[in-house]
Amino acid sequence: MRSAALVPLDAAAADEVVSLRGASFGYGDGPVLSDVDLSIRQGEIVAIVGPNGSGKSTLMKGLLGLNERVAGTVTLFGTDSADFHDRARLGYVPQRHTLSASVRATAEEIVATGRLPRIGWLGRLRATDRQIVARSLDVVGLADRAATEVSTLSGGQQRRVLIARALAGQPEVLIMDEPTAGVDAANQHVLADVLDRLVERDVTMVIVTHELGALERLLTRIVVVDGGRIRFDGTPAAYLAQRADVHHDHDSHHHDLELSHRASLAQGPLDATPNDRRRP
Amino acid sequence: MIDLLSVDFMQRALIAALLVGTVAPMVGIFLVQRRLSLIGDGMGHVALAGVAIGLVSGTAPVLTALVAAVIAAVVIELLRARGRTNGDVALAVIFYGGIAGGVVIISKSSSGTPANLMKYLFGSILTTQRTDLYVFAGLALLISVTTWALRPRLFAVANDEEYARAVGLPVLPLNIVLAALTATTVVVAMRVVGLLLISALMIVPNAASQLVANSFSGGLGWAIAFGLVSSVGGVALSYPLDTPSGGTIVLLAVALFVVTAVVTGVMARVGGRRHDVAETHPHEHGAECGHPAVTHGDHVDYVHDGHLHAAHEGHYDEHGVHHDGVPEPAGTTPGLTSATPGPTTGPTSGPTTGARP
Repeated sequence: MRSAALVPLDAAAADEVVSLRGASFGYGDGPVLSDVDLSIRQGEIVAIVGPNGSGKSTLMKGLLGLNERVAGTVTLFGTDSADFHDRARLGYVPQRHTLSASVRATAEEIVATGRLPRIGWLGRLRATDRQIVARSLDVVGLADRAATEVSTLSGGQQRRVLIARALAGQPEVLIMDEPTAGVDAANQHVLADVLDRLVERDVTMVIVTHELGALERLLTRIVVVDGGRIRFDGTPAAYLAQRADVHHDHDSHHHDLELSHRASLAQGPLDATPNDRRRP
Repeated sequence: MIDLLSVDFMQRALIAALLVGTVAPMVGIFLVQRRLSLIGDGMGHVALAGVAIGLVSGTAPVLTALVAAVIAAVVIELLRARGRTNGDVALAVIFYGGIAGGVVIISKSSSGTPANLMKYLFGSILTTQRTDLYVFAGLALLISVTTWALRPRLFAVANDEEYARAVGLPVLPLNIVLAALTATTVVVAMRVVGLLLISALMIVPNAASQLVANSFSGGLGWAIAFGLVSSVGGVALSYPLDTPSGGTIVLLAVALFVVTAVVTGVMARVGGRRHDVAETHPHEHGAECGHPAVTHGDHVDYVHDGHLHAAHEGHYDEHGVHHDGVPEPAGTTPGLTSATPGPTTGPTSGPTTGARP
C-alpha cells in the first residue's frame, strides 16, 4: 500500500507538500477554476478565501483528487498526483454539518475510520492504533466524549470529531473545508485553540473558508480565489496592507470586495468585479 | 417445544431461521447506513427470475437464484457508481424485469403452480431440504466472516463515501462486496422468509436496534438479537398457527420494533423529567478549562463554582454541589474524588495539557 521510493527531488522542492502548475479543474465544458499556480510548503498555514462559488472548494477537491483536472499538473509530496497512492498523508476534513445521521455511532468509532488508510487491507486496529485514536480525540478536546453518540454533540464538537478523524491518519497536511461554517462564536474560539495546538505540532494546514474570523491569527499565508482564478497570494500582513491600500482609493467600493473578507459574506460570483491584481 | 423439535422439517426450518436471523441484520445495518433500505427487496425480485430458471431447467433453484442475485447486485452497484441521472430508473427496470420474468418463466415449469410460487414469495417452513441446509450454512458462514473482516471499512465507506475516497479506501470494490453480500443473504433467507419479505428481516431489526443503541457496535449486536428472536420465534409460531413463516417472522419483527419504540419513548420521557441541566456557559469543560475534574461514578465531572457539571449531549447536567473532597449527590461512589486536578483528571489529560495561557 505504501508508495514506492520517492523520486529524488531537488533541494528547492524538498519541503513542497502540494504544487499546482497551470492547473484547471472542472467538468469538460469550461473549467470552474483555471490556470492555477500554487505551491504549499511544509509548516505553512494557508487560508484559501473567497466568496461562495468563487472556485475555492473546487481548488481543494482538486488537491484531493476528488474532481476532474482538465489541464496542468498537480504534484503531491513530489509525486505526480496520478501516481500518488499514499493518500493518508493528506488529512481531509470535509464540510459536514451532521455526522452519520443514518445509524448511531460514537465519536471514537468515527475517528477510528480515519486510522484505516494506515492499516493495510484486512488489518484490524491494534493497541497502538487505538492509542492514536484516543490521542486524536484528546488533541481536539473531546477525550471525555469518546463514547458519546455523535449526533448528540453540538455542531462545533462534530466539526472537531471530523478533525480528529483526519488526525488519526497521522497526515502531513490537513486540508479543511469551511471549518468554522455554522459554528457559533464561542465554539469558533475552541476550534481556533485546537488548531493552535496543531500549529505547535508543525502540522501544515490548508483552510478553505469564506470568512477568516477567529482563525486569522494562525495564518502564515492567504490565498484569495475569486471568479475561478487566484487573485491574491501573500502573507497576512501584505493582505492587510493591500486591503488598506484599496480602502484609500475613493472608488474602493467595488475594489475592496475581493480583499475584504467581511464584504465577501454577501457576495456571489456574479457580484465580483474582476479587477486587476494590485501589487504595492 | 419438544414436540416442535421432533418434527423433521421443523428442525431444518429452525436451523435455517437461526442462520437467517444472524446474517440478515448484520448485512442490513450497512444498507440502513447507506440509506439503501429497499435494495434487498429489489434483489429478491431478481432472485425470483433465478429460481424460475432453476425450476424450468431442472437445476437447483438455490444456485440459479444466487447467480442471478449476485449478477444483479454487481450491475446495480456499477450503475450507481457511474452516474447520477437515471440510475434510479435503471434499478426499477432490473427489479421489475426480474420479478416479471420470474413469474412468466415459472408458469412454464411443471412445478409452477400458484401454491409453489407463493412459497418462494412469502416463505414456507416446509420447503427447506437437507441439502439446502448445508448450502445455507456455508453461505451464512461466508457472509458473517466477510462482514466481520471488512466491518471497519464497510462502516467507513457507508459513513462518508467522499472522505473514504479522499484517503484512498477502495470505495467501489467495497460497495460491490456489500451488494454481493446482500444478494447472498437474499438467497439464504429465500426459503424461510420468502423473496418478497427478505428485505424486512434485514431492515426492521436494525430499525428497532437504532432506538436502543448508542454506538455502531451496540447497534449491530442489538439488531442480531432482534433478528434472531423474530426469525426463530416466527418459525416456531408459524407451525402451531399454520401461517406462512415469512409473514409471521416479519410481523414479529415489526411487533418488536413497536414495543421497543414505545418502551424507549416512555423511558426517555421519564428520564428527561429527572435530569437537571446546568446553566449555559460559553466555554467547554476540558483539560484546559481551568475547572478541576473529579471522578463521579463512571464519568468525569467538572467543578464549576462549587457545582458539578457533567457533559451530556450538547449541554452540561447539574450533578449536585461539590464539597471539598466529598461530593454530596446520591449514587456517588465515595472515596473516588479529590479536588486536586492530579491523577483524577484521568482521560482528559494528555500531551497537550499545559499551563493555561
